[in-house]
Amino acid sequence: MKGSEFQVVGHPRRRVDGRAKVTGKTVYADDIVMPRMVWMKLLRSPHPHAKILSIDPSRALAHPGVMLVLTGKDLTIPYGILPVSQDEHPLCQDKVRYVGDPVAAIVARDELTAFEAMDLVDVKYEPLRTFAEPEESLQHDEPRIHDYCGQGNIHKLINLQFGDMDKGFGEADEIFEDRFFYQGNNHLALEQHASVAAVDLDGKVTLWSSTQTPHYVHRALAKALEIPAAHIRVIATSNGGGFGAKSDIFHHEVCAAKAALVLGRPVKVCMTREEVFYCHRGRHPVLMEIKTGVKKTGEITAMHLKTLVDGGGYGSYGVASTFYTGALQTVTYDVPRYHFQGCRVFTNKPPCGPKRGHGTPQPRFGQEIQLDKIAERLEMDPADLRLKIVAKPNTVTANYMRIGTIGLAECIRRVVDVSDWKKRFRKLPRGRGVGIACASYLSGAGLPIYWNKMPHSGVQLKLDRSGGVTAFCGCTEIGQGSDDVLVGLVAEVLGIEPFDIRAVTADTDLTPVDLGSYSSRVTLMMGNAAIQAAENARDQIAGVIAKHLEIPRNRLVFADRRVFDAENPEHGVSFQEAVCLSEAKLGTIGAVGSYTPPPSPARYKGGGVGPSPAYSYSAAVAEVEIDEETGWISVPKIWMAHDVGRSLNPTLVRGQVEGSVYMGLGEALMEEQTFRRLPSRLSNALVHKFPSILEYKSPTTHDMCDVVTEIIEDPDPNGPFGAKEVGQGPLLPIMPAVCNAVFDAVGVRIDEVPVTPEKVLKALDLQRRGKEGRYGPEKFPDVPWPNPSVIPPPIEGGDGSAIDQPDSAKKKAKVNQP
Amino acid sequence: MTATPQPQPSNARITLTVNGEESEVLFASYKTLLEVLREDMNLPGTKHGCELGECGACAVLLDGQPVLSCLVLGVECDGRQVETVEGLMEGNELHPLQEAFADLGGAQCGYCTPGILVTAKHLLEEVGTPSREQIREVLAGNLCRCTGYLQIFESVEEAVVRCGERKADS
Amino acid sequence: MMRLPRFEYRAPRSVQEAATMLAEEGPSGMLLAGGTDLLPNMKRRQQVPRTVIGLRGVPELRASSNGSGLRLGAGLTLNELCRDPRVEKLYPALFQAAVQVATGQLRNMATLGGNLCLDTRCNYYDQNYEWRKAIDFCMKKDGETCWVAPSSSKCLAVSSTDVAPALMALGGIVRLVAADGEREVAVKDLYQNDGIHYLTRRREEILTDVLLEPSAGWRSTYWKLRRRGSFDFPVLSVAAAAHFDGDEVTEARVVLGAVASQPLACDEASAFLVGKQLTDDVIQEAAGLASKVGRPMDNTDFLLHWRKRVIGEFTRYALRELRGEDMTEDRVRIARHQLAAVP
Repeated sequence: MKGSEFQVVGHPRRRVDGRAKVTGKTVYADDIVMPRMVWMKLLRSPHPHAKILSIDPSRALAHPGVMLVLTGKDLTIPYGILPVSQDEHPLCQDKVRYVGDPVAAIVARDELTAFEAMDLVDVKYEPLRTFAEPEESLQHDEPRIHDYCGQGNIHKLINLQFGDMDKGFGEADEIFEDRFFYQGNNHLALEQHASVAAVDLDGKVTLWSSTQTPHYVHRALAKALEIPAAHIRVIATSNGGGFGAKSDIFHHEVCAAKAALVLGRPVKVCMTREEVFYCHRGRHPVLMEIKTGVKKTGEITAMHLKTLVDGGGYGSYGVASTFYTGALQTVTYDVPRYHFQGCRVFTNKPPCGPKRGHGTPQPRFGQEIQLDKIAERLEMDPADLRLKIVAKPNTVTANYMRIGTIGLAECIRRVVDVSDWKKRFRKLPRGRGVGIACASYLSGAGLPIYWNKMPHSGVQLKLDRSGGVTAFCGCTEIGQGSDDVLVGLVAEVLGIEPFDIRAVTADTDLTPVDLGSYSSRVTLMMGNAAIQAAENARDQIAGVIAKHLEIPRNRLVFADRRVFDAENPEHGVSFQEAVCLSEAKLGTIGAVGSYTPPPSPARYKGGGVGPSPAYSYSAAVAEVEIDEETGWISVPKIWMAHDVGRSLNPTLVRGQVEGSVYMGLGEALMEEQTFRRLPSRLSNALVHKFPSILEYKSPTTHDMCDVVTEIIEDPDPNGPFGAKEVGQGPLLPIMPAVCNAVFDAVGVRIDEVPVTPEKVLKALDLQRRGKEGRYGPEKFPDVPWPNPSVIPPPIEGGDGSAIDQPDSAKKKAKVNQP
Repeated sequence: MTATPQPQPSNARITLTVNGEESEVLFASYKTLLEVLREDMNLPGTKHGCELGECGACAVLLDGQPVLSCLVLGVECDGRQVETVEGLMEGNELHPLQEAFADLGGAQCGYCTPGILVTAKHLLEEVGTPSREQIREVLAGNLCRCTGYLQIFESVEEAVVRCGERKADS
Repeated sequence: MMRLPRFEYRAPRSVQEAATMLAEEGPSGMLLAGGTDLLPNMKRRQQVPRTVIGLRGVPELRASSNGSGLRLGAGLTLNELCRDPRVEKLYPALFQAAVQVATGQLRNMATLGGNLCLDTRCNYYDQNYEWRKAIDFCMKKDGETCWVAPSSSKCLAVSSTDVAPALMALGGIVRLVAADGEREVAVKDLYQNDGIHYLTRRREEILTDVLLEPSAGWRSTYWKLRRRGSFDFPVLSVAAAAHFDGDEVTEARVVLGAVASQPLACDEASAFLVGKQLTDDVIQEAAGLASKVGRPMDNTDFLLHWRKRVIGEFTRYALRELRGEDMTEDRVRIARHQLAAVP
């Protein structure tokens, strides 16, 4: 099929849930109201790190209207999103690890009463030494924030060496060593997390929740509540924005379900904005050191990357996040030899996790700025340099990521063209500048979060004599348009209208498993499953209708709500009639499709993070204006080209690109999750500096730049009709493009985000004093790295496994590191 | 200490007109208009993202003016006119703003959409054909984390065109 | 969802009735005008009045008149103020200050009087109850220490009103009415440099009107520093007004906002400008004098050293505008919008 032959795919369309969203009828978790419903509030720790000596809920229980107070002893089984980090409890057991860590759940007849009773739960704490910065956690082994892993307060250490680095750096003409810092930030989804739990008519428990990952919540509930998963139903309500914020299992979800089971009444809980900052799971703060060897002509000969990852108080996705700070560094440009060392430490702050780009924006930020420095030194145009070193299609990288299609060169050419780069770069008056940066991202993680051989996504179709189709899938709508992708693809294959199809999604009782809306996996994985299911249904119908029309099957066309003869379009039946005929002949018509990603060539331990069926590519040019007196920075315009493989609904694709640019701009200029320590002689406090949507700055309409979006379509054979991801990748180049533009404007390097006027002015002051005009980290602390796993890269004839890796480890390598 | 319990809630009873329908409503007297709409009048279309006037998700029209319902006392709404997202449709027909937002990507997750729609509706009523700058300024009180605002601006501009077409048709 | 605490609500119909109620209620009664300041504070349990006295049913507070100068009712919303052509044309500093407050929806609610009486703000204070508990509270509410400067004997919360510096520059006067009488005070005397007792208004007084003298011969302007183009409170502002005879300044008032617990009059800078033309050198010198006055603390957005440093630059913007320079481009860059009243 050619693009022009598509009936649905590629045409801008009202998304299937568009009407619900503009009429206010979309049901978010907090919109659910039930008879006899009661309200829950979580009492949270006011201490950053402390032992719990005692909890006495008696005064709260005596308060009129209070029905239940749960504490740690009511829920003793730990859980965690990753099998390797089962370190969370619904309510703290014996200690608290950050201000905001929940210690009790209070259920009352209304939310205000529950809130008032919070002050009546008497908790005694014994404060412990607190860790605010990763450097402190590295320096002090005691007291340990967790005692289940590694040493001291180090959560995870990674040391992966792909090839002979001495040889790699030996081949270089120039070696660059730079340090960068990427501040942590929050997703700030507009909807605050909420859940409602209720006991069903038949005694089972149902949880409605604003979650991106109902399947993982389902598993965790089964574990924490000690109830068979088959007796728990999780329904992900439409998410009012996710961006990764709602992809973990949260205390309030487990507590609400528990409370509903205890009380036999529906229980609602809704986070305040402050609590959302405590739920966090946002972008990890990452300190980086990047050493890169290049030839005079620009080719990279070797790269050594070290990352220090500030994890906060719990594991969450952190092990995966830490691997991700290294895994995709080879997928954008050709890096023949590569050494990655990553270290995640615990600190007494809310746990970090996945945010749009999960672990990848930070090292991408570093490398893209370093490439700008390299281009400067080599006297090359940074766009030309990038074009020269773009990774090659259908290759395997030094760390054994298999790359399929790459539209990056086309992205660079297009963005250079539309931004008039050649006329602007180094040619604008001082104070104005342009910068370029690129990126790549996963279209879904190649491995599930827990090891299993089952599909990552399943789609089930029900067709009946009405001519309507119902598509069932566990995929979760978080605003990105997954319902629309599901319906659009099924409509395309069956030749009917999207309006003929009803989507039933994200309900563990009704829908086949889809792992969730994370890692940009849904379009590719659910999409392939949807196509398979629809083709399966189409084949069943085709068999019947070919006979009915007395033509060969291969002449049948499904289009315009009809099934007909390609050579004689008049000769055919309506789709409804086709289903009726098939139902008469075959019985009830149903079809399923599933998707499992292809195996990865990475056979080393840790190689489970990074593989993807396809990688998306982006290139961005940012323009900035700097006021030299104040350092004030403005970003009037960004040009963005994104290789999406195939644009399924161009309206939504553009929305994802612009939304990524927006969020990237926020991270570049203002968003930061920072903490405040009070003077230690007076207080042990370590608090979120400003857990409010007013003081956590995110761009308003006035702060958003103009965006020129170019969609590059280079269909990938692994994608549904060639589609790759678009929700995360386009965020990645924004921050470095802004920093590179600052350099073009005023010649100073800001090697960390956010790029604030204060930092720009400091760098300008240094420049005025004749020093290096730079703001950024100076050093990377000592980390007790283990010996590296040495994995010869393809150019050294490797097979994807580590040298001297014991057999047991080899087997383990397949048991994924998620 | 401030969170200690205080006297049991007294209820308030007011009459207000929401989306053209006059109703009498009984509610706990500490509630804001946001809570009254969502919890006591079964109108959950109006959303909340902070309850402190910092995000714009709860915007409604009160006596014709866009305000944040999270900072309006329920007891101060007696006899007043409220318009929420639920009142934008005429019968089963979408308002041109709703159509344009649905068609042009003005709503992604949809959570900021109700507040933006009512605010934009007021703009279109006051200024027939607003400039991009006016749209930008009027919507500067509504945070959206999904779209980057550009498709929202375009949706408002398209709604202006569609309003004109509807007028011409009728 | 954050909930208000329980309270009793009273709705007076006149200023006199409101003043009587205020006197009756004593310290546990608070006035509610637009609600955009008091209600968030109540939700965060920073302010927990037993009785809320709602002023929206008091028509006198919404009247304005122009005898000599202009009298503005304290109950006018900021948007009503912005839409008044007399304000925009004759008192541009007030217009520019009001139009940059928060957001359009909030300006439809927030009142002139409310913004003048706006509670002082601080990163240690404008937090939820649970957060403040985690720092063992602060001097301004429930605690002992001012965490901004633990050795400080007074609270250092920041005056964050936009309209007060503008009205000070314009020489405004406010009328305060109590059950037992009324008085008029210059706006500059309405404030004192104490984060807790930042108003000289007595508890039982109601701020009812703002009075502005005739504007003939005066030019004025207001510049506001904040991170974003909307929502944010000022973290530095410069209001300036000057009376000109030809190109020569005959009287001037430069006022800094949001760098202390009250708006700060830059008397030295103001005096320096008198008798001079606003040349680059004069502006430079005046900006230097103004910079000396501001003492920002580390309790708002942006780093305090930087806020201190850019006082001079913002004063220059203001004075350049006063001498008639077209500052539109800088406005758009700094304020991120055009300062036009919206419908």
